[in-house]
Amino acid sequence: MTKHELVVIGGGPAGLAAALAAWEQGVRDILILERDKEAGGILNQCIHNGFGLHRFKEELTGPEYAGRFIDLVKQTDIRIRTDTMVLDLTADRILHTVSPQHGYEAIQAGAVILAMGCRERTRGAISIPGARCSGIFTAGAAQRFLNIEGYMVGKRVVILGSGDIGLIMARRMTLEGAKVLACVELMPYSGGLNRNIVQCLHDFDIPLYLSHTVTDIRGRDRLEQVVVSEVDERRNPIPGTEMVFDCDTLLLSVGLLPENELSRQAGIEIDPRTNGPVVWENRETSIPGVFACGNVLHVHDLVDYVSAESESAGAAAAAYLQGIRAEGEEVRLIPGSGVGYTVPQHFHRGVENVEIFFRVRNIYHNAAIRVTDGEKQIARFKREHMAPGEMENVRIPKVLLDRIAGNTLTVEIEEAAQ
Amino acid sequence: MDYDVIIIGCGVIGADCAYELAKYALRVGILEASNDVANGTTKANSAIVHAGYDPLPGTKMARLNVRGSAMMGELCRKLDVPYRNNGSLVVSLSEEDDETLRELYARGAANGVPGLRLLTGDEALALEPNLSPGVRGALLAPSAGIVNPWELCLALAETAVRNGAELHLSAPVTAIGRIENGWMLCTPKGRFTARYVVNAAGTRADQIAGMVGDRSFAIKPTKGEYYLLDKSEGSRVDRVIFQCPSKAGKGVLVTPTVHGNLLVGPDATPTEPENTANTAAGMAFVKASAQRSVPGINFRDNIRNFAGVRANSDHEDFIIEESAVAPGFFHAAGIRSPGLSAAPAIGPEVLDLLRQAGLELNAKAEYTDSRRRIRFHELSEEEKNEMIRKDPRWGRVICRCETVTEGEIVEALHTPIPPVSVNGVKRRVGAGMGRCQGGFCGPRVQEIIARELGLDPTEVLMDWEGTWVLCGETKGGAKA
Repeated sequence: MTKHELVVIGGGPAGLAAALAAWEQGVRDILILERDKEAGGILNQCIHNGFGLHRFKEELTGPEYAGRFIDLVKQTDIRIRTDTMVLDLTADRILHTVSPQHGYEAIQAGAVILAMGCRERTRGAISIPGARCSGIFTAGAAQRFLNIEGYMVGKRVVILGSGDIGLIMARRMTLEGAKVLACVELMPYSGGLNRNIVQCLHDFDIPLYLSHTVTDIRGRDRLEQVVVSEVDERRNPIPGTEMVFDCDTLLLSVGLLPENELSRQAGIEIDPRTNGPVVWENRETSIPGVFACGNVLHVHDLVDYVSAESESAGAAAAAYLQGIRAEGEEVRLIPGSGVGYTVPQHFHRGVENVEIFFRVRNIYHNAAIRVTDGEKQIARFKREHMAPGEMENVRIPKVLLDRIAGNTLTVEIEEAAQ
Repeated sequence: MDYDVIIIGCGVIGADCAYELAKYALRVGILEASNDVANGTTKANSAIVHAGYDPLPGTKMARLNVRGSAMMGELCRKLDVPYRNNGSLVVSLSEEDDETLRELYARGAANGVPGLRLLTGDEALALEPNLSPGVRGALLAPSAGIVNPWELCLALAETAVRNGAELHLSAPVTAIGRIENGWMLCTPKGRFTARYVVNAAGTRADQIAGMVGDRSFAIKPTKGEYYLLDKSEGSRVDRVIFQCPSKAGKGVLVTPTVHGNLLVGPDATPTEPENTANTAAGMAFVKASAQRSVPGINFRDNIRNFAGVRANSDHEDFIIEESAVAPGFFHAAGIRSPGLSAAPAIGPEVLDLLRQAGLELNAKAEYTDSRRRIRFHELSEEEKNEMIRKDPRWGRVICRCETVTEGEIVEALHTPIPPVSVNGVKRRVGAGMGRCQGGFCGPRVQEIIARELGLDPTEVLMDWEGTWVLCGETKGGAKA
């Protein structure tokens, strides 16, 4: 069995940033395992710009953003093994891998960073009724066909879901000469970034139908029509509101799911809210020495935050390898009213400070984020605007953390008085 | 004459007829309307090998079901088809159901079903802890099982072709004429003549019969809708769980699949031959019904819905006979459930009819009655390395959900019946069958098909004719 100090599963933005941070902290034997032909992950097909505003204070395309990290990795002795699939991960950090160059190989890792990213929810996940014709793609698969392979997937398009990939693809398909007839969103608000609604839909006069969904798919061979209906407050289609669109393509942008099959195999505890591992403040999972970061942990809105999170996971893995253990009594974070989840899910009492990431469950104006210890308010942060499409975070400094008496801390939204 | 026997339709029934006929020194032709085998009822059903207590004693269905079920294990072993003899339970949830169980038990005994046992509710729950706590009793049928139906069909057809049968794909029969001592069949792929014809055209079998003036039966296509859940739900039950047929309907089944997923369905609604659309009502019915017997199913882990169309007919029994108005023209039609279970016995049954009609059967000296397919994920560590050393493409995982390598895909593309579509590859090697439903591997499979078959990527279909995927290059053009 081969041995490596640190093995990073995934060579996308999370894996690259985590490996670099570990390198900077002195780890010298780092191996990144990437299943695709090149490092960079999903950024390679995100040829639009808007990446890196926070990180580099400039607008980069996805490949450019990934390229900056790949260049940095090349200046180190970090090894990237592409075309390599991890088939199994065990609780004692043995990775079973396969690749054309190295065949089937077991690797013992001193520490592991999970950075496998996420996958798209499919037609099956939401059980859209209708014909089983061709012409129905997840937005990301269509994006790969256009941006990596160079092929068009259709000419007249309806998009279900207003997640960011769907919005980006609305613009991309339009620029390639397709007619995007509508973007249809089940919820009364968009799941994507506001800037994408403006730049990808409004700027191209593509209508966005909120509180609508696809209720039928028609076509014997290739897609011919989709039927769109309005939904009520309980998200059930309202009979009589049907609109029929003649189209040959339906793109689905109906959510992302962290890819945690390996984590589950290893026995890592998974949070049903995030579908990602339950982690401590240093992104260590329930298995010591195994860390998680990026979209495998929770689905992020901006890659800049993925990089930041992954750097802290990388640094923590380095500390672990140097024998430093995070210690202290457990304090659990509870997502309260209006909060979908928190990352981390728990932290050690006595840490320097804790940055809590989460998503809200609704649109809020002039609301506040309250952090409470039982009845006692620990901190309160005002926000002008919050939406489920955008990740929120608050930082609780040590001076406030030291005031916590109980074993839980609740994060909740305090709505503005009517 | 081009052929001694032409079989119309290459679903599992046509394929089994071809498999049996290819054992003899005969010229055998198969005409399939679709661009692939197993592309109708065979690919979309419950994938169950029924024990045989359902059909009424004395029917062809009863006899062929019990015989087919008994043959299935050995056949699948010979042809390397995934099959598991996991047994089945019919559960009782009411007093009326208790009565039904006793009837089924008696019927099963009359049909010669081996090993049937009536269980108490507690005994049933001990075997299947995720059954509804309200289960009052169950009929255990140890001989029941699950199978991969499209791979069974493919294996039968492939073996027939390896042994000399000729398969014509995309060759729907449009007209049939009587000629001296036989028949002439017209298709877009040309005209074919044969002494005997076997009509195994599934949901179109009555239309084929009509072409020789035989209107003795009508197909009543009946749609059934399904949920296919992720492997995370695959161990929810170990056996096939049936509900009792009752006044409220036939009930839906819950079963593991040979791939380790969980399959839930079907309902039954009249439809047209190729209407495989899912409906909100059908899916809602299946979901609600299944929870009566297995309440804990996590439908959030659904990865795909599909619908299959059963080739039911206006006859109560299978229609396996020589046409009364067209001598030399045989039907293997109206093969409703348990048609898949009976399939291994239907080929021999048709063979017998042909022999009685005067077809001479001389066994071939050379006949290969076996098939092997390498499934990468089933290999040992050493075997995996051996494969990768010989051909590095066996080390490149294309479908990450089902761990399917490029080597397997390339191999499938060079078999006697090569796939011509993305779903054709899926049916042969499982790429795209998993939880991401081809979201990641679809484009790469498309690329491999195009490369191996010398096609332009825009020519590669999703499945049957007309299911195009790509419509041209982008403004920047395809990569070199």
